[in-house]
Amino acid sequence: MRYLPHTDADIEQMLATIGVADTEALFSGIPADCRLTRPMELPPGLAEADMLKELRSLAAKNAQVSDWNSFLGGGAYNHYIPAVVDHLISRSEFYTAYTPYQPEISQGTLQGIFEFQTMICQLTDMDMANASMYDGASACAEAVLLAVRAAKKRNRVLISTAVHPHYRQTIATYCRYLDIELIDVKTVNGVTPLEQVEPLLDERVAALVVGYPNYFGCIEQLSDLAAGVHSVDARLITAVAEPLALALYKSPGELGADIVVGEGQSFGLPLSFGGPGIGFFAVREKDMRLLPGRLVGETLDLDAKRSFVLTLATREQHIRREKATSNICSNQGICALMVSIYLALHGKKGLRKLAEINYARTNWLREQISALDGFALPFSAPVFNEFVVTCPESIADLKKRLEQQQILAGIALGRDYPGLENGLLICVTEQNSRQQMEQLLSALAGGKQ
Amino acid sequence: MDFPDELKYTEEHEWVAIEEDVATIGISDFAQSQLGDVVFVELPEVGDDLEAGKPFGVVESVKAVSDIYSPLSGEVVEINEELPDAPEILNTSPYEDGWLIKIRLSNPQELDDLLDATAYQELVADE
Repeated sequence: MRYLPHTDADIEQMLATIGVADTEALFSGIPADCRLTRPMELPPGLAEADMLKELRSLAAKNAQVSDWNSFLGGGAYNHYIPAVVDHLISRSEFYTAYTPYQPEISQGTLQGIFEFQTMICQLTDMDMANASMYDGASACAEAVLLAVRAAKKRNRVLISTAVHPHYRQTIATYCRYLDIELIDVKTVNGVTPLEQVEPLLDERVAALVVGYPNYFGCIEQLSDLAAGVHSVDARLITAVAEPLALALYKSPGELGADIVVGEGQSFGLPLSFGGPGIGFFAVREKDMRLLPGRLVGETLDLDAKRSFVLTLATREQHIRREKATSNICSNQGICALMVSIYLALHGKKGLRKLAEINYARTNWLREQISALDGFALPFSAPVFNEFVVTCPESIADLKKRLEQQQILAGIALGRDYPGLENGLLICVTEQNSRQQMEQLLSALAGGKQ
Repeated sequence: MDFPDELKYTEEHEWVAIEEDVATIGISDFAQSQLGDVVFVELPEVGDDLEAGKPFGVVESVKAVSDIYSPLSGEVVEINEELPDAPEILNTSPYEDGWLIKIRLSNPQELDDLLDATAYQELVADE
């Protein structure tokens, strides 16, 4: 059934008003050779049971982390999602992903967002966080825009090559037609040392962007970088693709970052073939009015009861028009709620324990692989739940060989990092058992004979 | 409502006080009363060049956010450092403590385009 709310009379009246003869004339701008003149070639309709069977057989062609032994990370992490997350977000009160436009009537939605903002602040040690962004990559690009806006006459942004390649591409896209110069900073030993940054620092630089952990899984020396960047009054932006690391390592805020952005998928969102994600965006108070996106604040109502409002809306597009801090007028409402539920469920201790499990398993596997003949660790910097190994055979061959054993060994680095053609990025989470790791080890070793 | 005679005014509700080649600029009593409680003021930096008729800053109140237009062209020589921490002085003292910036005029002829207190008061009466 098609949903056409207008009657023929309505349509005729509208056409007459704009002076068009018929509906067809509205499409006259589309060239004839771009139009489909025959019906779509679709198979005939199926009965519900047959259709389900068909869809299930199509779905079975996917490799799923539930059946496969997956060591894939690289910005999307296979963490266990407690059943309560799905259960709670399925309540009809929450079941709209959109930020309400008559917000204060939806106190529950606003409180959910407020809790999200609060927990992001606690995790990052920053003063304030917004209601969320589309994903880590777009949050990172918006952070670059904020830094340039704040620095006024500066338009140069330094970006570590160890920032997630997708994030770097997104930054480049956002900045393509703006007067912003992006400069790559090379890495040494898997991290971005201050020595690489220092020669580039001057009064033209608005910000430095580094990953934390970075794409190689390594932990950057943020306090050194912050001190260097601050010596020229620029901002340090940290892009966090795996925020679970913040439950174990010192937070970017504690180490001197000015803007902390990242991806929250690790906290309760499924992998789902790469989306949706949820970006988070946290700043210091000095940048409060430059923050993009929506912001929920806590206040008291007429009866002095705790309540929630959208606040500082004068930054936003519906009020500031072309001078708004961003064109994002929305947030990832339901995904932010998933993150809030996940974090509240684990609590400070639970999250720390989970991070410790990730760290311990990863470092055990890292050591074991480095002991295998022909495998080596190119970087010695500390890692969280991901690391790079170099392999004695071509990565394409290795991956294909392990796929036959239903093992997804990791991400090949050669495409994004020339010079690391034999580099493999391996991720271990609490979902990878000792048995799975041993299976990976013997499969890797098996290839050498 | 106050319209000091010694000041010049613009249709955008800024006021100007001239001392030799330096102009002090603020927003009028009428402007602050229309805006309501001011919560934030964004000013240019010393050394910035301003062009007459172009926005140079922002005043945000609980009701609205408004650009402030420069009545005259010139270089910013001083900004009111008190404002970021105490934006409410724009409401309590728009012509004294709540001044915004001082600029050195690059085109004094632009002064001829400004309104005197009587003309400005008439303009406000019509709004």
